[in-house]
Amino acid sequence: MDDLLQEFIAETRETLDALSGEIVLWEANPTDRARLDAIFRFVHTVKGSCGFLDLPRLGRLAHAAEDVLAAVRDGTRVPDTALVNAVLAIVDRIGELTEAIAAGSPLDDTTEDLLIAALAEDALPVAQAMAGPQMRSASRSVRLAVDLLDRMMAGMSDMVLARNELARRLRDQPIDPRVEGALERLSLTVGEMRDTISRTRMQRIEALFSAMPRMVRDTATPLGKLVTLEVEGADVELDREMIELLRDPLVHIIRNSVDHGIESPAERRALGKREAGRLLVSARQTGNQIVLEVSDDGRGIDVDRLVAKAAAKGLHTEAKLAAMTERQRLDLIFTPGLSSRDTATAISGRGVGMDVVRANIEQIGGRIAMRNRSGAGLTIELQVPLTLSIIPAIVVGVGEQRFALPRQSIEEIVAIRGDAVRIDELGDSRVATVRGRRLPLVDLASLLGIAGGRTHALAIVGTRDGNFALGIGAVLDSEELVVKPVCPAVMGTGIYAGQTLPDSGLPMLLLDGAGVAAVAGLRFEPQAIVTENEAAVHERGIEALLFDDLDGQRRALPLAAVDRVETVSALAIRRTGGRLHLSIEGGIVPLVTMTEPPATGQVTLLRLTDGVTEIGYLIRDAHEIVTLPVAMASVRGRPGIAGVAVVNGEQVEVVDGHALFAGEMAPAAGRPLCLLHHDGTGWMDTFLRPVLEASGYRCASTLAPGETAAVTLAMDDDPPATLAGGDPVVLLRRRPAMPGEGGIYRYDRAALIAAVAAGMESRRDAVREMAR
Amino acid sequence: MSELFLIAHLAGRWVAVAASQVDSAVDIGEVVAAPRASPAVRGLAALRSRVVTVIDTQVALGQGPALTARRAIIAAIDGHHYAFLVDAFEDVFPFERAPLSSGLVLEGRWAASATGIVERDGEPLLVLDLAALVPAGMIADDQAIAA
Repeated sequence: MDDLLQEFIAETRETLDALSGEIVLWEANPTDRARLDAIFRFVHTVKGSCGFLDLPRLGRLAHAAEDVLAAVRDGTRVPDTALVNAVLAIVDRIGELTEAIAAGSPLDDTTEDLLIAALAEDALPVAQAMAGPQMRSASRSVRLAVDLLDRMMAGMSDMVLARNELARRLRDQPIDPRVEGALERLSLTVGEMRDTISRTRMQRIEALFSAMPRMVRDTATPLGKLVTLEVEGADVELDREMIELLRDPLVHIIRNSVDHGIESPAERRALGKREAGRLLVSARQTGNQIVLEVSDDGRGIDVDRLVAKAAAKGLHTEAKLAAMTERQRLDLIFTPGLSSRDTATAISGRGVGMDVVRANIEQIGGRIAMRNRSGAGLTIELQVPLTLSIIPAIVVGVGEQRFALPRQSIEEIVAIRGDAVRIDELGDSRVATVRGRRLPLVDLASLLGIAGGRTHALAIVGTRDGNFALGIGAVLDSEELVVKPVCPAVMGTGIYAGQTLPDSGLPMLLLDGAGVAAVAGLRFEPQAIVTENEAAVHERGIEALLFDDLDGQRRALPLAAVDRVETVSALAIRRTGGRLHLSIEGGIVPLVTMTEPPATGQVTLLRLTDGVTEIGYLIRDAHEIVTLPVAMASVRGRPGIAGVAVVNGEQVEVVDGHALFAGEMAPAAGRPLCLLHHDGTGWMDTFLRPVLEASGYRCASTLAPGETAAVTLAMDDDPPATLAGGDPVVLLRRRPAMPGEGGIYRYDRAALIAAVAAGMESRRDAVREMAR
Repeated sequence: MSELFLIAHLAGRWVAVAASQVDSAVDIGEVVAAPRASPAVRGLAALRSRVVTVIDTQVALGQGPALTARRAIIAAIDGHHYAFLVDAFEDVFPFERAPLSSGLVLEGRWAASATGIVERDGEPLLVLDLAALVPAGMIADDQAIAA
């Protein structure tokens, strides 16, 4: 916000300076329409900025002046001397206030009411209050035209090249150490200078994002909507000019989202969504693009209605509309004058539609894409080129040539010496195995047809679709490069993202990882390789554990999912938190069963894991390990069963491991949060936290904004100060409790876990209560 | 109505290029190859702080590469700077531009890039349109090369 304020001050000062002449002329001739317009524009701009920057005093003054000037423009007021004086007094006051804001000094507001009152038609002439000596603080910012920055940048590059050439020439002959010292200093200064100048064009996208919370609030509040805004990637850097060009489209998209996308709280409640709509604005750099994403969880675009409107407007024939793909139908939103909305509202839908947004984005060489989830939200993705952005790059050598690779697309670089890397020929393609990870290999020298380019190292390049290993000669350098577009003839190869002129003075091409993969014909072979492996396994069939389920059915489960088989006491099984849980080894494991488990005795338990989550599956008896045939009969209406296979001449239901975990993943995705109320000894973090985390809770000692703790844990002699909202609190005792005393002994692990689970449950009940 | 033309020598003959198309005429430094680009693209070169795409004019005209050419005509076309390699150039002269004589049959790429004729001391010279010599950037080109 500080930046914006500085900008506002600079702008107001500048306009005021320019306006002073106009004011004098207007004073001389109050009917001069052009002067009047200039002053009107000024107060109007100030008013607008004030609303935005939350400067109510200034805003009130500007607003009053604007009203009067508008009346004059309409001809309902005559610009007499009193009016002119009153307006000028306000303009002066705006100047004083601006300076006061800039200097951070207070300015009393007693005369402001008088100033505003003086604008009234029947106002008595007011004696001009003498303005006190103005405290003008030095301006902290200067406004520059971007092309001046461009010229500066070009001049800087020339300077770097001249320095490099000088250095080269001097190196060819014996050199005086004093000259060398001077050259070194020059080099250093030039380098620093270049960094600084390069940075003048760059701005963190924060400049664009910082205005958003306010804008979302201002849009949502009059509509009676609740919107939670999340912003990610505010530190992505983008060309200053690009940020300006993105501002309008982004504002438009966000307003659309809030206005058309996100439903009213009542509607959302009825749909079973959270009352507050979620709006996520994120920026990230991928390869040679900056991707901006605006995602909401509103109603999405009603494609059918869009199509109906297109038909009603006669934009396309019914037949053509019917033949359209889903994407084409969705793209109708970009048709001028077509909106999925019937009525325009005050916020959006004033005739500036998505067609204008798309035109603006395409104008700067970007693209716009949408992912519509009807009823569940809309994601709009803007991709804009990185052009003129400075990107950190790694310079690689292939044969005699050098290329740059964006650093963020490179996962790691490994030398082909030693045992860590292995290269195999698989058919006509090559595969690199890096520490057990198999990746398709693209040899840069052969792809580019560079003779004598030997591959000594691999760069593991990550693309949107998958990773691959790029065979290169050597890593030469790591530099920050100013990337510019290459001509279409070179861009058409599809493997370059741009060109750059590094300090060497020789141009260098920036490779585009995804493009290289595409041109090399990788059809994301990581997947292809996995399929090959699977195919090999399939020939042998999947190994599975054959068992008798609790309901007596004979079933099988893929062996890979079974961690171990154990026998547990039925007494350890409890229906807690609305589902079956098993207390085991001081932790809690969620249970899945096909039928109600026995209440007493011993049960056999399969402990299943997918590597991250653990669940238990109760069975009657485990039999043997069998190999399942490749062919399986499909099942109907039996969730949890993947199919029926014939094993040893007997029909066996194969349990769908994926479904088991998918059912389990849902609650795990939002692992309940335990708030640890520290007592200052660190016991909670050291001792308690691991226990809770092992039982599937998240732990935090402070709450992030918007988070609520499901359960708060605290020592009984140091309870949390605020026990607001009836949030469940589990109090821990330092010593075992005497009969009749409350609290839980902190080393009574089972009781502790049970208490947390019970707290969790009581909270859920409370939430359910509230929802009703 | 006479126009200014730069007279250059390339592909074994003298040609005229409208001076309005020419940014400058320079000696080109080291050229960095741009692998997989169209063969008419020799590569990239630095011209002061600007990177230019070097076009082998002979290849663009459908002939063999001009390996010795070191001088180039710089032109800005569609926002990109190109250097068109030539063997030599003379000065800029005013000439009257005449349409291509009827009955003159030009082969291949020459036909696409010649836009007229000027006469120097009785010797007719073709007027080349540099923009027509810029290879298209389409993938189709590459597939043709790959095939």
